Amino acid sequence: MNPLVLWFHKLGSPPYFYRFAGKWLPWLYALALICGAVGLYGALFTAPADYQQGDSFRIMYVHVPCAWMGLFAYLFMAANGFVGLVWRIKLSETLAMASAPVGAAFTFITLVTGSLWGKPTWGTWWTWDARLTSELVLLFLYFGVIGLYHAIEDRRQAARAAAFLALIGIVNLPIVHYSVIWWNTLHQAQTVSLVGPSKITPSMLWPLLTLAFATHVYFFASVLARSRVALLELESGKDWVRALLPATETPHD
Amino acid sequence: MKPGSTSAASFALLRRDLLLVWRRRGDALNPLLFAIIVVALFPFALGPEAAVLSRIAAGTIFVAVLLAMLLSLDALFRSDLEDGSLEQLVVSPHPLALLLGCKILVHWMTTALPLIVIAPLLAQLLQLPDKTLPVLLTALALATPLLSLIGAVCVALTVGMRRSGMLLTLLVLPLIVPALIFGAGACNAAQNGFAYSAPLLWLAAWLVLALILAPLAAAAALKISLT
Repeated sequence: MNPLVLWFHKLGSPPYFYRFAGKWLPWLYALALICGAVGLYGALFTAPADYQQGDSFRIMYVHVPCAWMGLFAYLFMAANGFVGLVWRIKLSETLAMASAPVGAAFTFITLVTGSLWGKPTWGTWWTWDARLTSELVLLFLYFGVIGLYHAIEDRRQAARAAAFLALIGIVNLPIVHYSVIWWNTLHQAQTVSLVGPSKITPSMLWPLLTLAFATHVYFFASVLARSRVALLELESGKDWVRALLPATETPHD
Repeated sequence: MKPGSTSAASFALLRRDLLLVWRRRGDALNPLLFAIIVVALFPFALGPEAAVLSRIAAGTIFVAVLLAMLLSLDALFRSDLEDGSLEQLVVSPHPLALLLGCKILVHWMTTALPLIVIAPLLAQLLQLPDKTLPVLLTALALATPLLSLIGAVCVALTVGMRRSGMLLTLLVLPLIVPALIFGAGACNAAQNGFAYSAPLLWLAAWLVLALILAPLAAAAALKISLT
């Protein structure tokens, strides 16, 4: 078997994943912290103030990466949910459910920072603009997935039902992304794009990209940490967990 | 119709569900009462000026109708689950999506259709201009089946839970927001003298999509819930 495919198959096994995630976690957290610090330094000190908005534009450096992460986390959750539903891979279900609270938190931060940014620039905390509304709907979708997951007793059945809901809710994702183009209201259109030149100067752009990278790394670290705990709960009767737990408990005695 | 064929099974299911609703026809009136009460509360809160009321009429009626339908939604599969006939539907040789489609049709006929019938009354209570009424009825006719279809998928996911009411609301409302925006949007456009066919066509397109996909999704969700 191709070594990469073999590794992928191995990763699906909970004990292997548990050790793998444990090894990567400190590095991911450290990378996220360093990139976040560098990005924030660039955002708060080296990037020039906006000619129109002054210093208030700097909240963008929190707002935009979190908004990207809110969408990315949903996509990650839905993709993992799909894999879990089709191939019945326990790990994918766990990953999907672990990313739901993190994605909800990012979406919530997006809404809060957007509201804080809106007050000085638009003159209002909240407006029923298409982007804001669809972002709010995204938050409710996250709440629905989390609520459904916790309402069902059996953990695996709960994960499957919630993953299915996440797949249905994916119709909202293009609406969030294209809302600024379809309904041209208060929220500005995107200035940073993957293909083609971005409409933002390089000195303002690099902290944004660094922070976006940091939030991605943090997201994966957080999902891995959550999945580790969820797997311990899910597999609590299995031998590998029993073998593991006394060993981790001894240092505390 | 050959006994035992899929069409015979579908008609039997339709007949049984309609008969069950007819035997308890008092319960079937609850959504109507609810919608009337909700609509009647608005003039108390906002004052009786016709100008204010007619401006919010279409949106209020839309929200009242959607909430009234939501009220009856969590009972969609409940009695079937309790007496075990839901499991019989799942194990029957006929396509589950089609059978669920029949149940969704009955839900629409017994809750949404009466609500559409009393919509002109609700419109009068809120002083909706007469020229907007046909648009409102068309929009309701397109949006209410969407709610029945999408709602059925969410009910299938929460079936078997003891207190699913609040959770069901949380699942359904974000998914139904586009129908509300476009339905009420068409009415507001018509009221202000703008073109209103685009939102109605959007609703129709979604309805076609949901008609095909929602019964399949409900069947898949039900199989997840009943394992």
